[in-house]
Amino acid sequence: MSTLEITDLHVSVATEDGPKEILKGVTLTIDSGQVHAIMGPNGSGKSTLAYSIAGHPKYEVTGGSVTLDGDDVLAMSVDERARAGLFLAMQYPVEVPGVSVANFLRTAKTAIDGEAPKLRTWVKDVNATLERVDLDPTFSQRSVNEGFSGGEKKRHEIAQLELLDPKVAILDETDSGLDIDALRIVSEGVNRFSDKGDRGVLLITHYTRILRYITPDVVHVFVNGRIAEQGGPELADQLEAEGYDKYTKAAAV
Amino acid sequence: MTVTDQTAGAASTALESAEGALEMARVDSHLHPEGSFDVDAHPVPTGREEIWRFTPLKRLRGLHADAALAADAVRTSWTAPDGVRVETVAGEAARELRGVSGLVPNTLVSARILAETEESLLVDVPAEAELTEPVFVEVTGEGADSTGGTHVVLRFGHHSSAVVVLNHTGSASLAEVVEVVVGDGAKVSVVSLQDWADDTVHLSHQQASVGRDASYKHVAVTFGGDVVRMDANVTYAGPGGEAELLGLYFADEGQHLEHRLFADHNAPRTKSNVSYKGALQGEKARTVWVGNVLIRKEAEGIETYEENRNLVLTDGCQADSVPNLEIETGEIEGAGHASTIGRFDDLQLFYLRSRGISESEARRLVIFGFFNDLIRKVGVPELEEQLLSTVESELERNVLKGYEPVSTGPVA
Repeated sequence: MSTLEITDLHVSVATEDGPKEILKGVTLTIDSGQVHAIMGPNGSGKSTLAYSIAGHPKYEVTGGSVTLDGDDVLAMSVDERARAGLFLAMQYPVEVPGVSVANFLRTAKTAIDGEAPKLRTWVKDVNATLERVDLDPTFSQRSVNEGFSGGEKKRHEIAQLELLDPKVAILDETDSGLDIDALRIVSEGVNRFSDKGDRGVLLITHYTRILRYITPDVVHVFVNGRIAEQGGPELADQLEAEGYDKYTKAAAV
Repeated sequence: MTVTDQTAGAASTALESAEGALEMARVDSHLHPEGSFDVDAHPVPTGREEIWRFTPLKRLRGLHADAALAADAVRTSWTAPDGVRVETVAGEAARELRGVSGLVPNTLVSARILAETEESLLVDVPAEAELTEPVFVEVTGEGADSTGGTHVVLRFGHHSSAVVVLNHTGSASLAEVVEVVVGDGAKVSVVSLQDWADDTVHLSHQQASVGRDASYKHVAVTFGGDVVRMDANVTYAGPGGEAELLGLYFADEGQHLEHRLFADHNAPRTKSNVSYKGALQGEKARTVWVGNVLIRKEAEGIETYEENRNLVLTDGCQADSVPNLEIETGEIEGAGHASTIGRFDDLQLFYLRSRGISESEARRLVIFGFFNDLIRKVGVPELEEQLLSTVESELERNVLKGYEPVSTGPVA
């Protein structure tokens, strides 16, 4: 049983005109076994929330707290957060030329577990995981994210999610830019992770279409750096029909 | 960086090239001083010359001037597959090899080596021979106190296929001329490893003549030494030749590592592709890369690209990167260059660290990848593992030791 608890989180970024507040007090609790969806228009601060939890240096936390099972996440370095059990599937995964996927996955797994995985089972695990997300085994010899198509990058993120097996996964617009087949493959991967039980998922998305494959327990509407409304899966259907207009107008007043 | 664009101004003074086959217009350029075999025609450099302006002359132990060029300052041994002749030649046989690559010395030190050294090491690969294993030549320094000079000739017969590795280790004060003759249609790789001890000074001029439709790959790998300066030059003995010039270097505290490339497109439809990568770390770690490309008037339909990428790991280092492109004909397929000097990519580090990988391990991985990208292009399986482990041990020794983060601005 794990709990990611975000309390009154305020986050700023540096701009030419001085610091600009992006998150204006976000409170959210994700218990393991739950899937939370955060939906909101562009520029509402959804990705800032994801990157702030992961510890990206661009974002400065000016108030509030984030804890994982009571431990202060904000006091941890980026890699300590990952080792504590957080995972961020990125919207724009970064190219690392000359480092093979196999080398990267093994290095990450060793770091997370504190010991090197057993060679024989590990290679089998990697190949099986790649196959499940419809990536050829030769994929592991390619450089990390270099020359990957948009769909390959996202499927590679999901393969990492399954292999590194965190306590809480944050998926930042993992559905963006995917065709329907890739969307299904990615969704199945998230569901497999979630179905292991005792795992939390925070799914950040602009569109409702991924929610046809992944059923959230809680839906949050995110507008202007805050959660404007919460509800069950039915809230997603309502957003599908009505869009974000009523929330953005309310926030603008 | 500098880009020089000249039109042929001195076409009236045609002179026979060293190969005697091609008549070429003379090119007036401060980048390419007129060469001469006559030692007296070369004044001792002062450091103000274009070709010497980056080199710390005071640390050269006189090699650029009047130091003794003893033959026994280094020990040379070799292993070669059957069918390859490797031997030390002297007297007339040695003299006949001087300038065999078309080299006309443009420095005093090269002129002196050609004129004053008695012996040449000759690696002779017969025409049409296809070697299945590399030729390894070990050049071992036995002490930096006495200065030395050596002349090496690598001659590849037409349509041969071979790999030669020159491995430089130990302590030495060495000036070296390596002349490479790649016969028509031959496919050749020459790898020069500078894995010297910390006190070594090494000046190496490696000049190649690439035959008609031949392909030549030259790889310079420089990790060790106090001062290492490598000039790797290519000319073409006929149309259709290709040259790939690769290099990697890692400068630590106090080291000066300099690589100067010159692709002289003197024949039509020739190609050159230059790719050098380097990393710097520690106080007064210094690297210089100068990539000269000359496209002569007669070199129609050629294609050239050169790139140099530098990774600056700590404060207190200096990297210079100077691509020069001189174009005397517009009738070409393509010409381009790229040059970067940068610090770590913070986004790469963030991505790796977000997967639990510690900061030092992430840095190690990024540098490893940076070089691995190039090592994969070397194409000599026997060497790839050695190069990777050299990079690994360099990283072990340095990147993880006494690491202090460099100051960086906010990332996007």
